[in-house]
Amino acid sequence: MKNNLTARTVVIVVTIVICVFGIIDFPKSGADLVKNFKSNIRLGLDLKGGTHLVLEIQVQDAVKADADQTAERLKEDLKKQNVAWNSMDTPDVAHVEDAENVAIAIKGIPATQSSAFRGLLSERYPNYILTALNSTDYSMKLKPTDLNDLKVDTVKRAVDTIGNRIDQLGLAEKSVQQYGKAGSKYEVLVQLPGVDDPARAKELIGTAAVLEICDVKEGPFQSREAALAQKSGILPLGTRLVRSKPRGTQEGEQWYLLAKMPVITGREMRNARPGQDEFRKWETNFSLSQDGGRRFGRYTEANIGNKLAVVLDSQIVSVATIQSKIEDSGRITGLGSEEESVDLSRYLRSGSLPAGVVYNEERSIGPSLGADSIHQGIVAGIAGLLAVITVMLVYYKRSGVNAVLALGLNTIILLAAVSYFHAVLTLPGIAGIILTIGMAVDSNVLIFERIREELRTGKSVIAAVDNGFSKAWWTIVDTHVTTVVSCAFLFLFGEGPVRGFAVTLVIGLIANVFTAVFVSKTIFDYELAGRRQLTELSI
Amino acid sequence: MELFKNTNYDFLGKKWPFIIASLVLTVAGFASILMQGGLKFGIDFKGGTLMTVKFAQKPPIEKIRSAFSRSGLIKGEVTVQNFTDPQTQNEIEIGTELVNEKQLAANRQAMEEVLAVTFAQPGSGKLDLNGASKDTLAARLRDPLAAAGVPMAEPQLQKLVADILDYRDTPPRSGLIADFSQLSSLPGANAGIMSTLKQECYLAPYTVKKTEMVGPKVGAELRNKAVLATLYALAGMLAYIAFRFEWIYGLAAVIAVFHDTLITIGLFSIFHEEISMTVIAALLTLVGYSMNDTIVIFDRIRENLKIMRREPLESLMNKSVNQTLSRTIMSAGLTFLTVVALFIWGGPVLHTFSFALVCGITVGTYSSVFIASPIVLFWHNYTDGRKRSAPVLAAAARTDASRKSPSKAAR
Repeated sequence: MKNNLTARTVVIVVTIVICVFGIIDFPKSGADLVKNFKSNIRLGLDLKGGTHLVLEIQVQDAVKADADQTAERLKEDLKKQNVAWNSMDTPDVAHVEDAENVAIAIKGIPATQSSAFRGLLSERYPNYILTALNSTDYSMKLKPTDLNDLKVDTVKRAVDTIGNRIDQLGLAEKSVQQYGKAGSKYEVLVQLPGVDDPARAKELIGTAAVLEICDVKEGPFQSREAALAQKSGILPLGTRLVRSKPRGTQEGEQWYLLAKMPVITGREMRNARPGQDEFRKWETNFSLSQDGGRRFGRYTEANIGNKLAVVLDSQIVSVATIQSKIEDSGRITGLGSEEESVDLSRYLRSGSLPAGVVYNEERSIGPSLGADSIHQGIVAGIAGLLAVITVMLVYYKRSGVNAVLALGLNTIILLAAVSYFHAVLTLPGIAGIILTIGMAVDSNVLIFERIREELRTGKSVIAAVDNGFSKAWWTIVDTHVTTVVSCAFLFLFGEGPVRGFAVTLVIGLIANVFTAVFVSKTIFDYELAGRRQLTELSI
Repeated sequence: MELFKNTNYDFLGKKWPFIIASLVLTVAGFASILMQGGLKFGIDFKGGTLMTVKFAQKPPIEKIRSAFSRSGLIKGEVTVQNFTDPQTQNEIEIGTELVNEKQLAANRQAMEEVLAVTFAQPGSGKLDLNGASKDTLAARLRDPLAAAGVPMAEPQLQKLVADILDYRDTPPRSGLIADFSQLSSLPGANAGIMSTLKQECYLAPYTVKKTEMVGPKVGAELRNKAVLATLYALAGMLAYIAFRFEWIYGLAAVIAVFHDTLITIGLFSIFHEEISMTVIAALLTLVGYSMNDTIVIFDRIRENLKIMRREPLESLMNKSVNQTLSRTIMSAGLTFLTVVALFIWGGPVLHTFSFALVCGITVGTYSSVFIASPIVLFWHNYTDGRKRSAPVLAAAARTDASRKSPSKAAR
């Protein structure tokens, strides 16, 4: 072992250089050093500030929308085939778990036409299962595999849309990913480090942003009841009542009677940009697809002087009078602030969410808390380190220096590993580093105590040192394995901060096996090289 | 300097006082849990909303409480309490209880509104600098700065905003600026900028440092994960130790670790500390650490079984413990030092975590000596009494050791 002292020293020096490079690159100045350090060590949400969100995609919304569309198609098909029916209805479902209960209830098919009805369904609607409730009433549901496909697809589309919207926030590191078992859970995990306005981020993510431009039939009314009263309680066919989005200073509400089918929807939007008009009021400029442009052109040409409404998420954001034919580009005016206009253009550009979202978990850490935590972590770390170093030097004298050097190298390797693996440093992670200091020194204590014992039995220094290291080896392995096993499970079952802790502790312990045994022994060998007659060791 | 040279304490002979002390502590822990109607869970496991708010002055708790109870917006109970940590001043925690997810989100929104209405000036038309984000501050200042004769190019504006907010967020301000004059020390803050700031912004007396909202689904998941992680970790360790030593050693180690965890949780209840996910992390670390300790002693016992073939088990165990005493105390002591440093200086977020480790390391060290070894001793005495045959200690593929048990130990 002694002959390759040089080889071992080289290994150690190379390791140090690689690690230091990993942490601070090659800094050219003091400020450079700090900058490199900050960019190499990624900070977790709890140290940097930011938001962690778990949202649940309400897939039942998408299933219901599909059922509604199918019901409309079915009505037309039945009319073409001259099959009579009384009513067709799709009840709402509130919860994700009830998605499989979405069904179209069809009532009043005469018994004589039932075979024609069934024939039509099996031919034109093969994805659906028809159940007869009695001789005239039926219930229609999606087949389980198709239902599952729809749910999985909805979540995927939602993840994509949310990802698009978040991209536009311009954050350097962010993540949007599906969470939990696909097919039985519909959760999405969104992490936004460095976001300092969580409310706005949530709004951006969670707004369904279903955009429609509809023809205004009548309005404004002061309230829903007033509107109904004017129309004697029954709305004309193909219309609906929609509320205008309340503005800060406005008193009361405004309701309009709109056409049910929109002229164009968000799907025809190609691009949208915020802008200001000649009075410096904020607006959003949009451009439509070719098809959409043609349709919009025909509509506006035929309706000059009438009003149209821009409806976002079932609320009217603006009502405008059609001045002239508009083909493929237009403006949405009457927005309250720059923020509104910027957000609206974002929604239009990134598309609409296929289903609503509900927030299951939110953790928002303000940037000031992050700074506090880092400060406290560093102070505690330095205090712990100083205490340990002092004790080691006092108790083990010169050999204590070996332990301190090994400890220093351990910490450097740990930080370098965090940098190279792009692991995220969290506050519990810093605690993990501090804990590693305490546990790492345990290995040194094991070895030193063994050496002391060997010396007491009268062995020579060199033999005592060798024996100390080799006898303690398996014990060191045993103790490290158990803590690593613990951390492995913590990593599997934990999230965010807890994972950060598990990662730093495991890396620290593995690095410790290297530093406490290999490095420490090398230092001892270096000192004792060529002094075979030594009978005393400062330990 | 050597503190434990050649000691010869009769640890295993005097095991009863310590076993009784353990039982007393465990029972005290259980009693405390029963008296308080269960464990005090943090928001991770309990669910609900928790908002940490820092005030510029001593927070008016009564005023806050009455503001929340008067507002009809929040469903369910609202608790307001002081944040008890020597390092943080003037911070309070506002919590609402667990309700369904949609209501929870509405509650969370309402909490911010109530605070704003009670303490801020939402109707004044000015922007609250203590609650502003980079984008809103930049948007707010852009035009007025130009109007005040200090027009700024976009990168310059972004840098100014970033500087102001960084200054606000670093300690000792920690998120709250009390007076505009504090900002005049910033580089580049000339009179035009300062007057624009005063004109467009005001300084609310509070800032929200952290918001946590955990719905019932997520709360249940986290509880599940915590339990599973603990069970799997214990099982994994039992398997490893049973593989490296005899199965009774594995069982003894696991019982000792279980004892540590129970007592630590009991202490949490006695001292009214909260249990959160990071506390579970601390408990699992403690499990690993306590195993460490126990293994070191078992290792020495195994070694001595090979060399001291004629020694009765009890005195052999005593010798083993004494031989490793120096290492045990030093190791525990050093780890304890680092954990105490965390406890004193680590701040409020790590408070419960470091408390768990402080208790755990103390109890863990003690259990390795006074609980784990006696269990093995009891078992061997019991089996010897029944079978009068030699207990075999198998240790994986490395060695085998067998020894006859003297008839003395059979009773």
